[in-house]
Amino acid sequence: MNIHLGEPVAGDRVVRVKNLNVSFVGPAGRSHHVVKNVSFDLHRGQCLALVGESGSGKSVTARSILGLSGETAVVEADALELDGESLLGRSDSWWRRIRGSRIGYVLQDALVSLDPLRPVGKEIAEPLRLHRRGTRATREAQVLELLERVGVPSPGLRARQRSGELSGGLRQRALIASAIALDPGIVIADEPTTALDVTVQAQVLDVLKEMLEAGTSVIVISHDLAVVAKLADHILVMQDGQIVESGRAEDVLRRPRHPYTQQLVDAVPSEHTKGTRLSLDGPARTRELFPGTRDHTADDGPLLEAHHVVKSFRGPDKVQRTAVDDVSFRLDRRETLGIVGESGSGKSTLARIALALETPDSGRVEFLGRPWTAAPPREQRAVRRRISVVQQDPLSSFDPRWRVSRILVDAIRLGDPVNAHRAEERALELLGAVRLGEQHLDALPLRMSGGQRQRVAIARAIATDPDVIVLDEAVSALDVSVQAQILDLLADLQDQLGVSYLFISHDLGVIHHVSDRVIVMQDGHAVEQGPADQIFSDPQHPYTQKLLESLPRLEYATLREAVSR
Amino acid sequence: MSVVQTSSPLVSPAPAGDTAGRRARVLTRLAGIKLLSSLFVLWGTATVTFVVLAILPGDRATILLNVRSGLTVPRSPAELAPVNREFGFDDSFVTQYLTYFGRLLHGDLGQSYQSGRPVATIIGEQIGPTFVLAFAALLLAWVLTIAWTLLTAGRGPRLRSLGSAGETVTAGLPQYWVGILLLIVFAAQLGWFPVIGGTSPSGTILPVITLAVPLAGFLGQATRTEFDRAIREPFVLSARTRGMGDLEVRWRHVLRHALIPGITLSGWAIGTLLSGAVLVETVFARPGLGAVLVTAVGQKDLAVVSGIVVLVSALYVVINLVVDVVYVAVDPRLRGSL
Repeated sequence: MNIHLGEPVAGDRVVRVKNLNVSFVGPAGRSHHVVKNVSFDLHRGQCLALVGESGSGKSVTARSILGLSGETAVVEADALELDGESLLGRSDSWWRRIRGSRIGYVLQDALVSLDPLRPVGKEIAEPLRLHRRGTRATREAQVLELLERVGVPSPGLRARQRSGELSGGLRQRALIASAIALDPGIVIADEPTTALDVTVQAQVLDVLKEMLEAGTSVIVISHDLAVVAKLADHILVMQDGQIVESGRAEDVLRRPRHPYTQQLVDAVPSEHTKGTRLSLDGPARTRELFPGTRDHTADDGPLLEAHHVVKSFRGPDKVQRTAVDDVSFRLDRRETLGIVGESGSGKSTLARIALALETPDSGRVEFLGRPWTAAPPREQRAVRRRISVVQQDPLSSFDPRWRVSRILVDAIRLGDPVNAHRAEERALELLGAVRLGEQHLDALPLRMSGGQRQRVAIARAIATDPDVIVLDEAVSALDVSVQAQILDLLADLQDQLGVSYLFISHDLGVIHHVSDRVIVMQDGHAVEQGPADQIFSDPQHPYTQKLLESLPRLEYATLREAVSR
Repeated sequence: MSVVQTSSPLVSPAPAGDTAGRRARVLTRLAGIKLLSSLFVLWGTATVTFVVLAILPGDRATILLNVRSGLTVPRSPAELAPVNREFGFDDSFVTQYLTYFGRLLHGDLGQSYQSGRPVATIIGEQIGPTFVLAFAALLLAWVLTIAWTLLTAGRGPRLRSLGSAGETVTAGLPQYWVGILLLIVFAAQLGWFPVIGGTSPSGTILPVITLAVPLAGFLGQATRTEFDRAIREPFVLSARTRGMGDLEVRWRHVLRHALIPGITLSGWAIGTLLSGAVLVETVFARPGLGAVLVTAVGQKDLAVVSGIVVLVSALYVVINLVVDVVYVAVDPRLRGSL
């Protein structure tokens, strides 16, 4: 595929990549081709985005520019140039002079990308020390300057703390500070905003934008098209190691030509996607799973109801913290109640209370019209199968030695001890309902992809024919297209089984897509509550307004919809 | 239940001064608890040792007289009476315990059955060489471990398997065999070291190697596992993207993580080194606690044996306190959870 990006200005090109191929040699001598004939140019002050799912070769492509594609990697290219100098066949010491000084790299997941045993100040000073800039004292001063530049408050204190002591946003900014310490002309940011709260995400995007304005060239790797839309001048869409589409950001997002790009753009949940399908999957067939077991018209009262719930915990520093403060809600049949808020807002505590895993300090919770959290354990166990949970990382909720069949059979027996002899058969039906097949019965969850694991978790959750499923950040760790499939599956299950969802997420787009009603949480308080459309179109509370302002929106996708109509 | 972990619960936005003050108070309290529990362990060891001696079959006065005279004959009450009076064997169990414990607090470990000299003096004369041997061996084991790990861990498959094979073999070597082998090759045949070296520096080298090599194998296995894990962590890649060279990455970032499990083992290692010293001192005919212990056990000199037991357990407790401190120095994350 021949690629032309924008209007190349002579002499302004900082990176040239022509027909880059990267393969890895496996243990058995088998080679695995992960980047295939990738070509692109990066110009000064420009932002290039590499978009695609995990495993599509984005990170490997970016790392070849640093000579860090991996020990077993074989890198071949017609041209691989930095400021006109070839990067091919360079010695290790040559690369070391380039890394950090001319190209800064911000790895994804700042939690593990900073050495947890060292203060972040030392980590930020490392490129300065390695490239012999200044003395120890001047470096210390420079670290403080850098931290200020990326918007870290009280830099003196932060520089002395270790990454584990910093919040996600501060950590990410500290990592950026270490990448830009030597003012490199190029900065590569790998998923710089993943797993960050929306307001923090906005701050990090601002830092990157300032760098672009200052003339730094940026390569951003992301699967979040909304983030890409905010930064990128050009977009390369990668699938299976190949560039399937490339062009100006506006064009790619507004008029995606390749089916894969179209699928990616359509997969982003938002206000506009409500009630529509996000993936290409057809509706799942689950109607036959529980024939005639439930009469939905029988009771119209609320399924799950919380009245003025308060819960506080004593922290390790002996300070009492109120995690949930006077929160009330009701969840009706066939309804999705979205709970949105940033980390530490009390969403998950609320979820644990809804599952009666925590007892509130005051207030009461009723499930199916009877006391729930206050009920004795015997009574709780009797109805426990009617409320189930899907978590963000199902892997940690599966016994690692159990195969899928055992995980499901275990849950099936719990729900229906009478028909236990049919459990194996039933497990297969459940797998079918979540679009997995017989071949997955003997799989170990550890070896499955994130999306498959989440499907198993959902199959387990519906095995007991529940009335309510609590979904705690259930799609937060998934790639956008897998997330789309899971969200579609959840919508089908609700349609066909009449189950209600308590849907907890920090992702406003997801919450808007799935929810009938929404609770916005901040510091343990439900600051705003109401129908989803009303909350998103006319937020009343300043915090909700701030959240929505920080949300990078995929305006191009909106435009595309308008065009296609 | 998991959430997107974007902020750590440890984060406290409180001003620095306040945090530091509170942290110091918490640390002091934790150190206090640690110290109290160590004292409890010491008291427990001393008590158990005492009880075991008191309820052991055989009359202690008879044993004492026989040890001193080298005979094994029954003794008449007339012979036993002065001994029982001198050592207080006639007193009630509680009185004996209190006397024993009171002396222990003053550093008095009783008198040897054999020579009648204070046990504390006997141990004091011999503890030096054993200490030198044990700690030199621990030091050498760490040097070997670190060098071997830096050289072979986290490398290509061939070096890696060479590295771990080396560790498996050395960890399994019996000390007496290593000692005898070294003695034959380097002392007897090559003549580089004295066969009976006493406590001279040149005579200390072979015993130290004998103890250090198997220990290095053990430490190396623990360190390698952690090293291989840490070198794949993203923060290592981060360091490389800043322009750090391979050796420095290993030395500055990865090694520190890899040391942590080995440090835990070091507390335990001191115990095995002291027991290993008994063997090695015999093989190399080297003075030390080992020789004293072997003689005392052979002669049923219970006072000396129990003195050594109490002392070694005290040492063990102290070493483990030190290990805890080193632990926190290497991994500051543990400051909150000491």
